[in-house]
Order: sequence, then C-alpha cells, then structure tokens
Amino acid sequence: MANVEELKKKISELEAKLAAAQGNSGPVRQKIDVMSSEVVDSNPYSRLMALKRMGIVDNYEKIRELSVAIVGVGGVGSVTAEMLTRCGIGKLILFDYDKVELANMNRLFFQPHQAGLSKVDAAAGTLQSINPDVAIDAYNYNITTVDNFQKFCDTISTGSLTGGPVDLVLSCVDNFEARMAINTACNELNQRWFESGVSENAVSGHIQFIIPGETACFACAPPLVVASKIDEKTLKKEGVCAASLPTTMGIVAGFLVQNTLKYLLNFGNVSHYLGYSALTDFFPTMSLKPNPQCDDSYCRRRQTEFKAKPVVELATEVKEDDTPIHADNEWGISLVDENSPEEETSNLKLAEGVEVAYSIPVDNNTPETSSGGAVAASELSLEELMQQMKSM
Amino acid sequence: MVDEGTRKTLSSIPLLKTKAGPRDKELWPTRLKEEYQALIKYVQNNKEADNDWFRLESDKTGTKWFGKCWYVHNLLKYEFDLEFDIPVTYPTTAPELALPSLDGKTAKMYRGGKICLTDHFKPLWARNVPKFGIAHAMALGLGPWLAVEVPELIERGVVKYQEKSDEAK
Ligand SMILES: [Zn+2]
Repeated sequence: MANVEELKKKISELEAKLAAAQGNSGPVRQKIDVMSSEVVDSNPYSRLMALKRMGIVDNYEKIRELSVAIVGVGGVGSVTAEMLTRCGIGKLILFDYDKVELANMNRLFFQPHQAGLSKVDAAAGTLQSINPDVAIDAYNYNITTVDNFQKFCDTISTGSLTGGPVDLVLSCVDNFEARMAINTACNELNQRWFESGVSENAVSGHIQFIIPGETACFACAPPLVVASKIDEKTLKKEGVCAASLPTTMGIVAGFLVQNTLKYLLNFGNVSHYLGYSALTDFFPTMSLKPNPQCDDSYCRRRQTEFKAKPVVELATEVKEDDTPIHADNEWGISLVDENSPEEETSNLKLAEGVEVAYSIPVDNNTPETSSGGAVAASELSLEELMQQMKSM
Repeated sequence: MVDEGTRKTLSSIPLLKTKAGPRDKELWPTRLKEEYQALIKYVQNNKEADNDWFRLESDKTGTKWFGKCWYVHNLLKYEFDLEFDIPVTYPTTAPELALPSLDGKTAKMYRGGKICLTDHFKPLWARNVPKFGIAHAMALGLGPWLAVEVPELIERGVVKYQEKSDEAK
C-alpha cells in the first residue's frame, strides 16, 4: 500500500541518490571484506590498523562487529557519524526528523546541494559513499511522540548487526525533551549511552557517559552547565534563540567519538563527564554517582541492580578517586536562580566549573502559585470536558 | 524575572495533581481531565478579564493538540494556528508549543515553528512538576512570546493583517 507518506519517503531517497550521483563522478570506493594493515594507497584502514601494531588497541577489527545509534544528525551528530564511518564502524543507525537547510551551512558535513533533503537520508548517502562497508539505517521521525518512542525503543534494542541491542547510543540532540526521552528509553532498556551538548551561546559543551544504575542518569540532576564566566544577566538573548559555531560542535563531536572508541575498543580511560569552556580553554572532568531519589523509577531500579552485583566487578570498573571532587562546590552553589526555595541536599558532587542550570526544591508542597487552587475531581467525564472546552 | 502580570495570571490557574504522561495507560486519562479543567478555568478567567486569546482542543488520546491563538495590535486582530504534541516525558518536560505559519519568519523560533522560551520558563516548569499543565505553558510561554514577537513581526511587515469575518465569541 503506497500512501503519500511512503511515496514522499521514496522521493527523498531518490533525491538523495541523485544528489549523491551528481556530486560523484570521480572514483568510487569499493567494499572491503576484511580490514588489513597492508600499507597501499587504496587501503583506507592501514592507519587505523596501525593502532594495533603500536599497541594502543588490542583488536581494532572488532569495530566492524559493533553497532552505534546516533540520535540527532545536526552539527554534532553528523560529524560524529562521519568520524565513526571513517573508522569503519560495523553499523550506524541514524535518527532525526529535520531537513537540511542552507541556514545549517555554518556547520560541518552537509553541503548546499543537499538542502531540502531529510538529514538522515542526506547523511546516509554521503556516509555510504565515504565507506560502503558500514551498514547504515536511517529513521526520519521525532522520537519524543508516543508512537515513535516505541519504534525508537524497539530499534535500539534489536538494531545491532546480530539483531540484539546496539552497543552504544549517542545523543546528539539539541533539546531537553529529546534528551529526557533518550534517558527514559535507555534506563528502561538498560542501555549504555553518551549524552552530548553544546550551549545555546556556542561557547561551551560537554559529553557525559551514562551507565544506567552505575553513573548519574540525565534525570538524576537538573541539566549541568559548564560555567562560561559570562554573567548570564549580561547575556543578550533578545532577537535570537541560539548561536552555533562549527568549532565548538566539531570539538564536542571529537570528544564524543574519542570516548566512544575507547569504550567500544577497550583502551584508555573513558570519561564519565568531560566539559569544555571555549572562552578559557578549560576542560573539567568528573564522575557522577546516580541520585538515589532520581525521578526516573527505572534509574532507581538499575541502581538497586547495580548495588546487588558482586563487589569484585565494582572494583575493576569504577575509579572514583581519580576525579577532582570539590566538596566546597556541592549541589546548590552558584545557581542562576529566581527566589530560590530550599535547595535539595543530595550526593551530587560537581567538579569546579560545572554547575546545575537551576535548582529544584525538595519539598513539593511549596508551589510557585496556589491562589487558583488545585483542580478538584470533576464530576464530568473526559468527553464532557472536551466538549465544554470546544464550545467555549 | 517573570513579570508581575504573568505571575498573577499563573496564580489564578488551578494546579494539577496527577503525575502521569501519555505512556501511563492507567493515570493519563485522569491527568487529561485535570488538563481540561485547568484550561477551561483559564479561558474563563481570560474572558472575564476581557483578554480571551486562545482556543485549544486535542485528539481523543490527548497527545495531539491544535487550536488558534490571537493577538490584538492597534485594534486589529492577528490570528495564528497553534499545535503541539505531548512528549513521552510529559509532564517532566513541557510541551513544545508551535506556530507553524511563522516558521522561518523570526529568529525566536526553533525548527517547525516551535517558540523559543525565556530562560525563566524551564526552571519554573521544573520546580512545578507535576502541578503545571498545558494552561500554565500557555500563560508562561506563549502569552509573553506573542506580546513581544507579534508587534515586532508586524512592524517588520512579515505578518500582515488579514480580513476575517469570524470573531471568536
Ligand atoms: Zn537517574
């Protein structure tokens, strides 16, 4: 059954192919069955396989068996996808519901001739031509709606090359709602993921590794921000929503993929949180424990499961002592706040230079507003209320 | 700071009680009833204050909302279609209100015509989960947005007055 939606999808796929064909009259990179370290001018993997010879990575070829989902293929996500493609990742699954616009050309990756295409189809075309060995699935929908969220959960839990859960989810979205949706999905599915972000003023960014139950999830604390040393009150937000710089986005994508590679190929230390302040070239790092009172019930369930694990495993995985923890900068210090109520006391310990964006009161009985009273249980049914609203 | 007027408007909208999102099959209908009750009260308040400025309705599931909002400038009424989805993470995260007809016409918008909220919105929303609902998002988000952006859009000539016979009365 070919409905309009399916035909539209077909058209955009064909447009992507056409665009790819037009910009592609030169040599075509052929598929390669086995990664080799042979140094010849046609082998794109020789310098990567050299990591093995140099003793940095034990088994680089393993990357071909691994699957990564990237949510958000904008300024950070597209560059992330390109890096992983060039590294020879086994499979990429891309999610985005946006189109390429000429207004995006201050960022990396997309090109003017792709304007109007869906970001995922345009990206899949380019990535496939860079490296045809990578399996690429593209999904053009908004993951935060009820129907799509279920599809999203199903895809990341069965999307790997072997039909199991993906090895890692990378959040490269630009809004709080989508981050919370990814957090909800990953806590429920017990899926490890990296959160990444660039501030709306374009001069700071961060990545955060979230292992459900073991490190703080995205809902464990209010959003964290790297102090920009700009007085927020002097920041002009009249007339614009957000600024963006290809540099900051490229740096954050680089951090994200570097830590992804370290995690997937098991070398070096994976940062649990790495911040970046562009104005001062300051890079705070820290580990964050989950909040036992986290609002997300699955986060609390994962914490209980993690605590029940044998201690031996714990000792090899967590290295809390290496991280700079400043007891004098606990939760609640240096807040941007209006008539702040009581601060929550928790075990959240932030590195110097990292703050929570706002505070949330412990006591939920101190409402901001109350003279309107609370809604009383209505005698009317939902249908009657809908009808009443409609006839107003 | 949220201005005094907005604060007053907010305080006269009933607070919601049920913390449930659209994936919560059991409690969502209860939450939805509370949403409608708060919205009905808010529209009544607006009418009484001679400041009626929007209508909203939802599909049966209560996850897709659509309607109209309007703004009076120099005695002329400018009307806009309004739409939004209830995200799976609602009410922890607020709905993203969108005016699709203004997409690309102002920098104070994200893709798809989603309005850009002030820095006060998110902290205030986060502190009032689950007591704030759609009516509060309208009062705290869209109301102030229209008041700032519409006169500017009219001045720039991006939004033009269109003769319309139907008055929302
Ligand atoms: Zn949590």
